Amino acid sequence: MANPAIHRPDMPGPQPVEQKPLTAASGATRGAPLLKDKSSELPDQIFKYAMIACGLTVLGILVLIVYQLVARSSLSWHAFGFKFFARSDWDPVNESFGALPFIYGTLISSLLALIIAVPLAVGVAVFTTEMCPPALRGPLSFFVELLAAIPSVIYGLWAIFVLVPLLSGYVEPFLGRTLGWTGLFTGAPYGIGMLAAGIILAIMIIPIISSIAREVLMVVPQHQREAALALGATRWEMIRVGVLRNARAGIVGGIILGLGRALGETMAVTMVIGNRPEIAKSLFAPGYTMASVLANEFSEATGDVYLSALIEIGLALFLVTIVVNALARLLVWSVTRGMPASARA
Amino acid sequence: MRVPSSPSNSALQHVVPQISWRRRVTDHVMTGVAVLTLVLVLAPLIAIFGYLLYKGFGSINWAFLTQTPKPVGEPGGGMANAIVGSVLILGIASILGVPLGIGAGIYLAEFGRNRMGDAIRFTADVLNGVPSIVIGIVAYAIVVLYQKHFSALAGGVALAIMMVPTICRTTEEMLLLVPQALREAAYGLGVPRWRTTLSITLRTATSGIITGVMLAFARVAGETAPLLFTAFGNQFWNFRTDQPTAALPLQIFNYAISPYDEWHRQAWAGALVLIILIVTAVAAVRLAVRRGTFGAA
Repeated sequence: MANPAIHRPDMPGPQPVEQKPLTAASGATRGAPLLKDKSSELPDQIFKYAMIACGLTVLGILVLIVYQLVARSSLSWHAFGFKFFARSDWDPVNESFGALPFIYGTLISSLLALIIAVPLAVGVAVFTTEMCPPALRGPLSFFVELLAAIPSVIYGLWAIFVLVPLLSGYVEPFLGRTLGWTGLFTGAPYGIGMLAAGIILAIMIIPIISSIAREVLMVVPQHQREAALALGATRWEMIRVGVLRNARAGIVGGIILGLGRALGETMAVTMVIGNRPEIAKSLFAPGYTMASVLANEFSEATGDVYLSALIEIGLALFLVTIVVNALARLLVWSVTRGMPASARA
Repeated sequence: MRVPSSPSNSALQHVVPQISWRRRVTDHVMTGVAVLTLVLVLAPLIAIFGYLLYKGFGSINWAFLTQTPKPVGEPGGGMANAIVGSVLILGIASILGVPLGIGAGIYLAEFGRNRMGDAIRFTADVLNGVPSIVIGIVAYAIVVLYQKHFSALAGGVALAIMMVPTICRTTEEMLLLVPQALREAAYGLGVPRWRTTLSITLRTATSGIITGVMLAFARVAGETAPLLFTAFGNQFWNFRTDQPTAALPLQIFNYAISPYDEWHRQAWAGALVLIILIVTAVAAVRLAVRRGTFGAA
């Protein structure tokens, strides 16, 4: 079954050429001259409109989301305006709110996740499509995709009890000693903080990036590889010149899709990032993200302005992920469109 | 793909004079790097699974599956109410989300070869990427604010909203795989269009559609973020749709961030139960579908 991430509105493969005239035929003309059965026209119309109604709910959901977020954040919008995204105070008692620390935390943790995840995910995709023995290919991709099915709260649970002690006991002291001069790895090695959030996010988005990269690599035409080999390229040169260069746009699309997931990821990050609205240079320091402030404070928000400020953060998060996802889909579509259905598996 | 994966193509090696030392080393190094990335990716994954099984089976017991949470400090107790709560919320979500999603999929496959179909397709894809916590806010705004308190219904609505786009797209894909000749045969026999769609096309694609539904189900079953301020959680039994309800992911989250060892232990047990519930639900339905349909896609 195809990955839901890649859908082309025009699937040429499974569709017979003759489909157009048939679907275009409405209830009136379909019956052919021999059988003029008027009795089925009304149910046909009812059925069609019922299905259209179902289709319209999908649009309706999007409209509902936008409307609710915009309407319910207006209070905060009127109180703070654009400055909301540039201020860094978060003071529920005095009803003074600024989203900068959360935006910073979301961006830095996602960026960190991408830096870790992209080389690993692309490496795995290249290995499974170009190098791995065919017998291993199926189980490997199955296992990597199994990771996508693990709930985020379980990643968080593992991060709290395994990753964080590992970081505070070994990794962070080591990084502090060797790379402390950069300023990125200073401070007490608590384990909980931006670094832990970045690593757990990376683990979570690797399956997404890697499965899309794999799909894109698989639709690179075989003759590109053969041409590179015929010119005397080694296997790596063939991959670099013949495969990766052709698949560039699609891989970037997959990376952006992973970014979209990382930006909106809530539970695992909330459990390890430390939840403190501060902007610190060190990756050891605790931070806060847009999604985790919603998770922690939404149900306890007293006061309309407080709630409205939180919903405005939700609106910002929504808009950013919409843009990121739309961009990613267009990139992936541009590569896989027009390829045979068998190549998408 | 087959040609490059067999580099020992001896005939070619003879024609090409020789590959420089540097290029050969680069080739081997990059192969090594690719294998290394695989190891680095698989290691945490195996660690997560291993830890889950080890800690989960070490902590799970009969009381955990049959009792409600005990007050802090008292040993024992369990998450029975959360398991039932999860089933309740997922039931509501499925009742709302599955028919809508399948209907939208039918629209896209059978009537959606036009501008509006494209718009719905794109919207569904975009909705798939909306962070689940944002969906939670929407469910809070449309259900909790009207009911004036947290409820299982609100949690179900949030999860249903997440299920619709996924189910819609997989249903469409599965219906398009049904050969056009089957539809034409039905039309040729004078079967009305709606009956053709429901009892021929949909029937043929059943197993694929159910697989898609189960994938959507598995995805929302572990969701915590949209339940935080909709279902909210509950330390006691609740069977009513208009009351705050415990859910397994919520309980795992609350216990994991608590400072008590006993609760940590139960969080691992809960995580194991959650994974087992998801995997068995998916496996059971797939098995049933494979038996029930004849030669379907």
